[in-house]
This record gives sequence, structure tokens and C-alpha cells, in this order.
Amino acid sequence: MPVTIHKDIVCTFCGALCDDLEMHVENNKVIDVKNVCGIGRNKALHGDNDKPECRVYGERATLEEAYDASARMLAQARSPLVYGFSSTVAEANRVGVELAEILRGGLDNCSSYCHGPGVLARQHVGLPTCTLGEAKNRADLVVFWGANPMESHMRHFSRYSVQAKGMYTPLGRKDRKMAVVDVRPTPSSKNADLFFQVTPGSDYEIATVLRALVLEMPLPTLTDDSLVGGVPLARWRELVELIKQCKYCVVFFGIGLTQSQGKDLNVEQLIRLVSDCNRYTRVYAMPMRGHANVNGNNQVFVWQTGYPLAISFNRGYPRFNPGEFSVIDMLNRGDVDAAIIVATDPAAHLPYTAVDALKKIPTIVLDPVNSLTTEWANVVIPVATSGLSAAGTYYRMDNVPIRLRKIIDCEWPTDLEVLQNIKERVLNAKDH
Amino acid sequence: MPAKQGFLITVRTARQGAAMEKGKLSAEYVAETATLTLSPRDYEELGLKEGQQVKLSSDSGQALVTCRFSEGPDGVFFLPLGPTANALIGEQTYGTGVPSYKGFNVEIETLDA
Ligand code: SF4
Repeated sequence: MPVTIHKDIVCTFCGALCDDLEMHVENNKVIDVKNVCGIGRNKALHGDNDKPECRVYGERATLEEAYDASARMLAQARSPLVYGFSSTVAEANRVGVELAEILRGGLDNCSSYCHGPGVLARQHVGLPTCTLGEAKNRADLVVFWGANPMESHMRHFSRYSVQAKGMYTPLGRKDRKMAVVDVRPTPSSKNADLFFQVTPGSDYEIATVLRALVLEMPLPTLTDDSLVGGVPLARWRELVELIKQCKYCVVFFGIGLTQSQGKDLNVEQLIRLVSDCNRYTRVYAMPMRGHANVNGNNQVFVWQTGYPLAISFNRGYPRFNPGEFSVIDMLNRGDVDAAIIVATDPAAHLPYTAVDALKKIPTIVLDPVNSLTTEWANVVIPVATSGLSAAGTYYRMDNVPIRLRKIIDCEWPTDLEVLQNIKERVLNAKDH
Repeated sequence: MPAKQGFLITVRTARQGAAMEKGKLSAEYVAETATLTLSPRDYEELGLKEGQQVKLSSDSGQALVTCRFSEGPDGVFFLPLGPTANALIGEQTYGTGVPSYKGFNVEIETLDA
């Protein structure tokens, strides 16, 4: 069989959405990938293999039977949940929102328990931010706070931040300084010029003291040796000086900040710090979004409902309340009596109490590969893989939308097609 | 049996990410997500050997994990995100929607030989 080479393909694993991959396809299979990290490689090589069987209550079923069963389960429920979407295209997200509205159900995405607090912080204090292109071309200082891209976003350093060679940073790493704030040394911190090993849960305190230093406020109770988050104040002064003296700084923050004690408040204080720094020089913040299109979830949900996550349509119009309508809280309280899960694997990512709650109710899952959830879900619908056998739009961590192409064929429908089919059937069921 | 109280933080690891994309039912994924990283001093204190199995208990559950050591703070243990960590994390989100993935108290206990 001839090998077809596809260039400039988008990797759909992490929020860095590298769009320079070269994929070699033979006999409708990706056999080799270039310009990719280890995780992205496995995603490309295995992302369209190992399809689950189409099943209804454990029995092999046709797609039509699966659509009918799904529509029935959802239409009969009093409080259904539509949830997931982090690894599917914006177009499918949109139909997911519509379905939740028709069902008067709950609607949430995976940012609910990862970067959601950062999204809430942005609602409160805004976010001075930039694109990854600007980081690459302009940043002479990059700070990673609670993030370890060497293990989670492996090409971030070389494509966008630490080593990337840009217009005003032609020498890459030599034209930049790098600082890392984390609770332990990591492969990422080993590259840093300055590393701050901090006490877990002290991010809010640190950001507060940094703000005071930036704003030159008095700190009468602290001396240079006083520990702030486990690090002497004198070292934090060093970081502040580095920031004030740089031309362009980007602070990339990870779930080390959003999932630690303080959560959204940590991010809020960090954003305020970044805003304060703009009195001296240009400083921006950017979340290191994890799953490839989890940012797209927030984008689509906001443009469709006004809210980024944790939404309820049970009164017929969208309401938003994290902690009440968040997927984990809804499940733990037993507030959900049927669920449709799209492009995520709750059994691998949620606390077991939430997984147990899902196992007790009718659960439908759409997944391009076998997962821990497809093992037990009541309806399993195999789908095409976004970016390999399905086209559409993903949003990069810096809010830039990127178009995915379809490079191989798949016998199964896309998430979008499945959701449209289920939506039509639910509408019909509700009409009668 | 030596035991120690500590603070558990869930993390991403390169191996966890790569194995996850190979398949969540793969032996690699199951093994990596049940591998706990501790500091050399905790290792010494508990008399552990690389690759030894220990029991972790939290208010919400228990799990068996395999130990690996790496430079890091004492009394803070790191476990990759995945089903093993999920067995230990509590359901409380304190009104934020986010459970305490980055930190809750655990006890680590060596098993009988
Ligand atoms: S860094 Fe992220 S987007 Fe880029 S190749 Fe690796 S997994 Fe894919």
C-alpha cells in the first residue's frame, strides 16, 4: 500500500495543540508521526484503534438501537446530565448544549475540576493575557507556576516558550530567563534559572506578598530571612526584580494552582499580581490548559449560555453555580438520574464516589476508544476520532481556534452526528 | 509495621500521559497510576526498597501502591492522576466543584513481609 504523508496536522492531546505534525498513513492507519512528543505520538498511533463495540445494556446493538435507547433514557429522566466534551470539536459541543437545554438538564465539562477555578477567577478580575505566538516572539521572561510542562505539555518549551526562537528572541533559551514555582523539583524546574520550591497550599500567601513587593508596600513583620511559602523573602525580591526588569513576561499557571487549597482565589491573586506588574513592564498570564479542547468547551458554553461550566437548565433557562451544578457535586449528591458522557472518561478521572453514582443510573457514553467508562456504561456508542477521522474546531490554551482535518476514514459516526441523532429523537419523544 | 502520616498530591507524569493514550486498560497505565513517589528521607524512615508495595489510607479509601523515590519535600507523596488516586480522594469540593486533587492527608503503611 502507498504511504500518504499529511503535513501540518494538529495534535489533539493537550492544550498546546501543536499544528506542525507530519502523519504517515498507510492502509487507512497512521503508521508514523513526526514533530510530536511521546504522548501525542501515542494519541496519533492509537487514537483510532481499539474501538469499543456499539452496545445497549451489554448486548451488541446497531447505531439506530443505541440512539433510540439513549433518547429514551434521557427523555424519561427528571434530572439528566450532559457532560464531558474535552476531547471533541466545538461543533459537537454546541449540539451538546442544545441537548441539555431541550432536556432541561445539567451541563458541565471537564474544566469543572481542572482549570475551572481559573475561569471563575477570570470572571472576577479579568485576565491580562496574550497568545502563544506573542510568548514565542517577545517573552524574555517566562514563569511556570504549579505547572510541569516537561511531563504534561512536552513541546511547550520548544514551540512556544523557553527555547522557542522568535522575532525578538532569535537565540531562544539564551534570550530568555525562566523561573519555576512548584512544590517539588520536576523535569521542568531543572531547566529554570530560578526555582522556588514552595510549601503545598501556600500559593495565595506567596502571590499576596509578591503583590506587596511589586507595589512597594511596607511589610513590617517580615525580614529578608522570613519564610513565605517556605522560601525566604529575599528570594522573592529577586523574582520581583527579574519581572520589573524584563521587557515581556508570561506567567503560565497550571493545576498546581487551581487544584490546591484556595483554588479560584489563588488564581485571582495571581492575576492581580500580574496586573500590578503592568505598572512597570508588560506581563501576562496564561492557563496551561490540559485536554486539547477543554478551552473550547468554555468558549462554546459561554457563547451559547453565557456561562463557561457548571450550568443547569432545570428551570428552562441557563443558571450557573459552581459547587452546586458542577459534575462532581451533582453526582455526589445523587442529583442526576441519567447521564450522557461525551469524549471523556469519568471512571479514570473522577473520585470513586462520583463514579459509583454514575454506575447506579442509566449512563450513555460516546468514546472513540475503549476506556474505563465504556467497560460498564449502559449504552456505548463508538465514534470517529477528532483530528484523525473527524474534522472540526479546537481552541488552543491561548484561545486561538484551530481547524482539525480528517485524514483517515472511520466506519463510525462523529460525536456531532451522534448527538444530532439523539437530539432529534429526544425532541420527537418530548413532542408526544 | 512502620507507618507515617503525610500529604498526598496527584500529579501528571510523562509515563502516565503516554500510557493513557496507549489504552487505559494497558498494564503500563495501571502500573504507572499506582506508583507513588516519595522523598529519599521518607524512604529511609519507612525502611522501603524501590518497587516495594505499601498501603495508603485516606478518610475516603485505601489503595495499594508501588514506591519509587525522587528528590522532593519530606512527608509529601505524589501519585499520578488515575483510578488508584481516585479511590483515595474525598468527595468534598468545598463549593468549588474541584475535589482536593492537590492535597489531602493520608497514612502510608508498609505491608507484612
Ligand atoms: S505538546 Fe501537546 S499538542 Fe504538542 S505534540 Fe505533545 S501532546 Fe501534542
